[in-house]
Amino acid sequence: MMGQVRGDLVSASSTIEQAVRVETKRQPLPPRERLEQVFDIQDLTAIYGSKAALKGVTMDVYKNLVTAVIGPSGCGKSTFIRCFNRMNDLVPSFRQTGTIRYHGQDIAGKDVDPVAVRRTIGMVFQRPNPFPKSIQDNVAWGLKVLGMKDNLSERVERALTQAALWDEVKDRLKSSALGLSGGQQQRLCIARAIAVEPDVVLMDEPASALDPIATQAIEQLLHELKSEYSFVIVTHNMQQAARVADMTAFFSISRGAEGERWGELIEYDATEKIFTAPSDKRTEDYVTGRFG
Amino acid sequence: MSSADLSVLQRPNDRLRRRRWVNRGMELLAWLAAATAVALLGIVVWSVAKRGASELNLDLLTKPQVAFPVPGGPQGGLVNAFVGTLVIVGIATLMALPVGVLVALYVNEFAPAVVRRGVGLTLDVLNGIPAIVIGIFVFGLIVVGHGDSGLAGSFALAVLMLPLVARSAIEVLALVPGSLREASLGLGVPRWRTTLGIVLPQAVGGIVTGAVLAVARVAGETAPLLFTTAVGVSAGADWNPTHPLASVPVTIFELSDQALESQHAQAWAAAFVLLMFILVTSLTARWLANRSRRKLQRAA
Repeated sequence: MMGQVRGDLVSASSTIEQAVRVETKRQPLPPRERLEQVFDIQDLTAIYGSKAALKGVTMDVYKNLVTAVIGPSGCGKSTFIRCFNRMNDLVPSFRQTGTIRYHGQDIAGKDVDPVAVRRTIGMVFQRPNPFPKSIQDNVAWGLKVLGMKDNLSERVERALTQAALWDEVKDRLKSSALGLSGGQQQRLCIARAIAVEPDVVLMDEPASALDPIATQAIEQLLHELKSEYSFVIVTHNMQQAARVADMTAFFSISRGAEGERWGELIEYDATEKIFTAPSDKRTEDYVTGRFG
Repeated sequence: MSSADLSVLQRPNDRLRRRRWVNRGMELLAWLAAATAVALLGIVVWSVAKRGASELNLDLLTKPQVAFPVPGGPQGGLVNAFVGTLVIVGIATLMALPVGVLVALYVNEFAPAVVRRGVGLTLDVLNGIPAIVIGIFVFGLIVVGHGDSGLAGSFALAVLMLPLVARSAIEVLALVPGSLREASLGLGVPRWRTTLGIVLPQAVGGIVTGAVLAVARVAGETAPLLFTTAVGVSAGADWNPTHPLASVPVTIFELSDQALESQHAQAWAAAFVLLMFILVTSLTARWLANRSRRKLQRAA
């Protein structure tokens, strides 16, 4: 009985490794010091009420790469990327310490306008959340509000094309976005986010509510768009991280003496290294499926 | 696993039988209670309709009231009262609706939790103040020194409407999914643009429903109008809200106190019109509410 389970685990982990090997045939990353930094995070701690969700995270995020954040449920992945565009400000009891430098400027400070931060750092959410407007207006509304009114229809078309949705919706731009399928809605949300020309796009488990085909479409998108944007993507799907990400950060849950739990960054490295030769035992356990 | 003893199912014991009877008895009581509520409405509508519907005629809706009718003389109508109620309630809605919606937007979208609870409690208390107290309040505030006017009546009704409008708007705004706010804020859209461009359009249907229900609620209010817009009413149709205006409920109240049979008949007819107006607005509100709820569900 036990032997059977262990055998399954071994074959499962070797399948993962195979998947990784197949999918990581990509350009080797230049050494880290030659990459341009987008975010420089120093000792970031995030607290809800009196409970720390995340402690002491220090890492860099690089330009024109896809950076994946993986880890078990409750390890603070979403909290982490929501710090980047001040989305946690909407939670009344939220507090954070440490610094997040965005191109050298601290964006975590009280004097920074969160609206201005979100203007350049866009976000795609876990569940597709199109506005209850037409397909066209979903993309155009943000553009109009933010004053990008010149060549509106070209901008809409470009964003929808980049999000690989244009061919499917070009004949029904005026119909409601709520009539689209889940996968189409999520691509519409991506189009809406990139239409306003952000510098970074944060994605909080963008494919977790989607079927495999829609997921594949969105992963394809990341590959094609990363030359223009920097992506930070939270995923609980390790194969997805292995397929799309250049860099991968593994978060895990640590437990204190009095039973308190918080999320912590365990290891951050090139994706290939994380999945094939992790330097921390906890990372290895997680990516080989022995934990989580 | 051994098979269970199923014989117990075939011979119900006494306790089981007793429970079944208690259950039937309670069901019957609950059914009777529900039937009483429906029957009360039915009886009120029926008795008003029986006495009022037959007295309904075009004269009632088009001719002005005769100040001192004599038996067998011209009966006139009540157009001044209908016009007065239309003007008073219309202006009250114009006063209460924007304030109520702004209160709801502030409470729901901007206020910290402490303020939210405080304002919610205030609205509930305001809602519980007897209409006659609000009448006295407005009497002391506006009527003393300025005299009776339709505007004073509108203000009194607006005070009654405000908690109703604000409360229902708060509830509808709370139904707008947070993911839509996040979507908009995530684009770098400021809070107020998000509120006006995304949140409010979603809630409009529900807000209108609340306003219509509030109209139906205050259209029949008598007490506040007695204090504010009942003295020196002109006999003809008057659209000017700075004048004291007649209103349907106050007119019913006054006519029912008169000696002539024909005046009682007019009171019944006016009561019938008022009742129909309130039934129709309530049903309209219900219809609007269903429509906007379906819309919100599609968005969520």
